[in-house]
Amino acid sequence: MERTSYLDYAATTPVDPRVVEAMLPYFTERFGNANSLYALGREAARALEDARERVARSIDAARPDEIIFTSGGTESDNTALIGLATAGGRSSGHIIVSAFEHHAVLEPAWWLGKHGFEVTELTPHPDGTVHPDDLAAALRDDTVLVSVMHGNNEIGTIQPIAELAAVTHAGGALFHTDAAQTLGKIEFDVAALGVDAASFSGHKIYGPKGTGVLYLKGGTRLSTYLMGGGQESKKRSGTQNVAGNIGFATALELMDAERPAEAPRLTALRDRLVSELLGEIEYAQLNAAEAPERLPHIANFVIPGVEGEAMLLHLDAAGIAVSTGSACSSGSLKPSHVLLSIGCPVEFAHGSLRVSLGRFTTDEDIDHLIGSLAPVVERLRSMNPLYEKTVAELAGTHE
Amino acid sequence: MIYSDKVMDHFGNPRNVGVLEDADGTGEVGNPVCGDVMKITIKVDDDRIGDIRFQTLGCGAAIATSSIVTEMAKGMTLAEAVAITKSQVAEELGGLPPAKMHCSVLATDGLKKAVDDYLVSQGREPIAVGTIAHDDPDFDPHAEEHDEACEV
Repeated sequence: MERTSYLDYAATTPVDPRVVEAMLPYFTERFGNANSLYALGREAARALEDARERVARSIDAARPDEIIFTSGGTESDNTALIGLATAGGRSSGHIIVSAFEHHAVLEPAWWLGKHGFEVTELTPHPDGTVHPDDLAAALRDDTVLVSVMHGNNEIGTIQPIAELAAVTHAGGALFHTDAAQTLGKIEFDVAALGVDAASFSGHKIYGPKGTGVLYLKGGTRLSTYLMGGGQESKKRSGTQNVAGNIGFATALELMDAERPAEAPRLTALRDRLVSELLGEIEYAQLNAAEAPERLPHIANFVIPGVEGEAMLLHLDAAGIAVSTGSACSSGSLKPSHVLLSIGCPVEFAHGSLRVSLGRFTTDEDIDHLIGSLAPVVERLRSMNPLYEKTVAELAGTHE
Repeated sequence: MIYSDKVMDHFGNPRNVGVLEDADGTGEVGNPVCGDVMKITIKVDDDRIGDIRFQTLGCGAAIATSSIVTEMAKGMTLAEAVAITKSQVAEELGGLPPAKMHCSVLATDGLKKAVDDYLVSQGREPIAVGTIAHDDPDFDPHAEEHDEACEV
């Protein structure tokens, strides 16, 4: 059997068996609705509230009811953007998002832009970070909300959230961060970061898909998005996913417990990957190479002279799962908006490769990728009618 | 989006890859900014495609459509070759995902350009000019996708 190497942990992670075990009783014998008054319901409610307290403790929330369980990162982002902007019936104002947010933030921001709000997109610097000075310059008297992601999902750069939140508060606005890629991977402390709201996803931390959390600082007004039975302190109606939320809390605790050993392990694997890939593949570049801080598990490369989807399919045939920011892989006209926002030329963005590592990644997986990538790149470059021209241009810019 | 087995076959084992050194006609279409570029070279014998090679920078569908077009065109008369349509290319591959239909235009346009290049070099009238989508400055290879994803 040929080796398979899953190197797309930023896309999703397998559910840890310990998480599955914690969840299982809540599908069957403890199936009660957490809102029912009888014993079966109370048992579910206790387990749900216990999960809420565990999440609150992990991120240093002031109170458990600052934790709102959702169906995932996308719902948390949509709720935060639209719910905070339109809180109290507000129908106009200014919001600021970074240009390289996930589409779960960009799309609701654009929706607000069509429904009475003005939207400013902050361009990150080529080092892959949003600078507080740029944010300060973009803030206006009528700015109501700023949303900047904590760790970028494609290039792995970490944003100076504490500084950005402080600048935002000085300007009298609320600050939200999408922390789907950072929760559990690096320290995440809402009090230290000073954010008003933060979005998290269960399936990025070895928890189940369809689970997520919105942290909302106590006293922050939010217009409700899902209306009905008034669950989650009337902020998110719908019968709670008790098993899933227990899975989320368990997964997060495992991340916290293992991080002291796991973060340096992944950082070392990533650094080895970067140095060997750049050494092995001619003209390859690390995107946002100048980033002051990056996540331990994500590296994004440009491989000039190849198209990303073709590279991905050949690697898949070799048993390797990775991602690309090429337009063809997304079915859209343009390649990755993240790479374009940090100044990556369009033709190179078509040939990007994202490698993301996780709990089950070993040195052998890195060897497998490096060993398989070189012949794939060589083959695709040999089929590229413009490759010599590309090389000449690269040589020109490097002189 | 899932590729047919035939697309994966032509992507993984593309036919007629390369450049004919003493080509009678050359066609090059596409743009690296759009993510796909194709170059096709042909040898012409008695107004038929005697030999053909391609090079393509592009996604799986771009490479597969290029490959199959060279197979389809080999042995055809020049008139038959320029009449190959994008739908025929897609059909020959057992279908293409909707978002990839434009890739077959790259392949048919490349072939048309190579045929016209040959004819012009012989002092003859080009026969494909006017039917080459990539010659239109307003050509949008993704137009059909916009239609499908039309905004609500």
